[in-house]
Amino acid sequence: MCGIVGLFLKDKSLEPQLGAMLSEMLISLSDRGPDSAGIAIYGAPSSEAKITIQSAKPERDFRGLDAELAKAIGAPVSIAAKSTHAVVRTTPAKIDEAREAIQTLRPDIRIMGAGDVVEIYKEVGLPEAVVDRFGVREMTGTHGIGHTRMATESAVTTMGAHPFSTGADQCLVHNGSLSNHNNVRRELIREGMTFETENDTEVAAAYLSSQMAHGKNLGEALEGTLSDLDGFFTFVVGTKNGFGVVRDPIACKPAVMAETDQYVAFGSEYRALTKLPGIDNAKVWEPEPATVYFWEH
Amino acid sequence: MPASNAFNTGNLSKAAREPGQASRVFDLAEMSLRELNQALHDLAPGSNETAWEVLHPRGSHSVAVGVDQPVAIDVRGSVGYYCGGMNDGGTITVHGSAGPGVGENMMSGQIVVKGDASQYAGATGRGGLLVIEGNASSRCGISMKGIDIVVHGNIGHMSAFMAQSGNLVVLGDAGDALGDSIYEARLFVRGKVESLGADCIAKEMRPEHLELLQGLLDRAGVTGVKAAEFKRYGSARTLYNFNIDNADAY
Repeated sequence: MCGIVGLFLKDKSLEPQLGAMLSEMLISLSDRGPDSAGIAIYGAPSSEAKITIQSAKPERDFRGLDAELAKAIGAPVSIAAKSTHAVVRTTPAKIDEAREAIQTLRPDIRIMGAGDVVEIYKEVGLPEAVVDRFGVREMTGTHGIGHTRMATESAVTTMGAHPFSTGADQCLVHNGSLSNHNNVRRELIREGMTFETENDTEVAAAYLSSQMAHGKNLGEALEGTLSDLDGFFTFVVGTKNGFGVVRDPIACKPAVMAETDQYVAFGSEYRALTKLPGIDNAKVWEPEPATVYFWEH
Repeated sequence: MPASNAFNTGNLSKAAREPGQASRVFDLAEMSLRELNQALHDLAPGSNETAWEVLHPRGSHSVAVGVDQPVAIDVRGSVGYYCGGMNDGGTITVHGSAGPGVGENMMSGQIVVKGDASQYAGATGRGGLLVIEGNASSRCGISMKGIDIVVHGNIGHMSAFMAQSGNLVVLGDAGDALGDSIYEARLFVRGKVESLGADCIAKEMRPEHLELLQGLLDRAGVTGVKAAEFKRYGSARTLYNFNIDNADAY
């Protein structure tokens, strides 16, 4: 099964409530997947770039990391820890260097994602426990995506939870299962991409990152999934300023969308959308199979 | 009480709302789905509680599943999976849209969806009438076994897959692979058919079909549309028994 949600705000006045709205949407789909949950929030741009990191032993791994990392990359670094995750902020030009240095300084730390605006939080457990753990309800932002997982293709671990991020400010949640992911993974590895897990969804995320790295926009990259990925999928994707949805041609994984002047919202089921403002007068529809939908700010 | 089949909603709704007979109201914002469905299942034959109203369904699953008495249930809002599943004699009206599997395995009675229906509306239905006033999504009427389905709008791909008996009437268009591997169900489509599935062919509309179709349109409350505007599709009956020459079609 799995449950996925997405919310793309058009009305800036709703931005302070993004985390709260997205949390409610995800919690309403808890019985679609009890294994793990995750959320990616696109916050306000600032002069610094962000890396979201995770550790099974946060007290040991995060202590003193800011100073050590600052020294290693020769730039100011700040770290804000939230439970097992932390957001590392530094100069955008130093972001790749910082990623490498983190892996050297703390080999047990996992990188959840990086970019100018995205923060990613995911853990084993029910959506409510995960959003409480990371204070997602208090987070502000322009758009976000979320996932609650019923595992099929790989182990129930933090790294196997969604969203998957394989490029700067890019991330993806998936309901379904891919059947040609091993082959696509091999091709992407040949291109130089690296993978953290055996998970099929990570391959889809990397595929989109690769397409966009080759100059395609989000819509074109999503179009490519229809011919290059085999299996069942409803994907919801976030980029720095965009939000996209695509379903495979068989389209057996459920999807409902709603749009008003204030937002575009996605849910695996209508239940996820019922608490959104103005939902009773929203345009509500089921996205067509093999059809790409995307919005950009 | 009207008979459980072959009536129209108008009459039953009227019967259910005779003066002095208030609806029994279940607000799902206040009460659980289990309480609603248990109360419906506890109805004794001949009960006078024939009018029910369900408020704030908010996409709940399994609303009014397993109804087996001829009662009228008005659901005020959109529902999730399997609304009215296994319905046997109830008249259920969804004043909103329905999630996947609305009216799945319906035995008799009537379900009307004022909005759209998601995947596999009326799947495996054995009897009764399912009316979708908006569009229905993919796999509408999949494996239908006697149900009548009338869709005012369009239907998605793979509709009436392996449909065995009953009638599917579509006022709009049908998606890809309509009636794939169909048995003896009759399909009537007024608009365009994107493509026909294996062993499904266009068939001649004879007087008895026009009469049958007009009866279905009348029962579904469709006005201003003539039976003659539809095309009929059904089985070419070439896949009933295995034939090696047909291997590609299976």
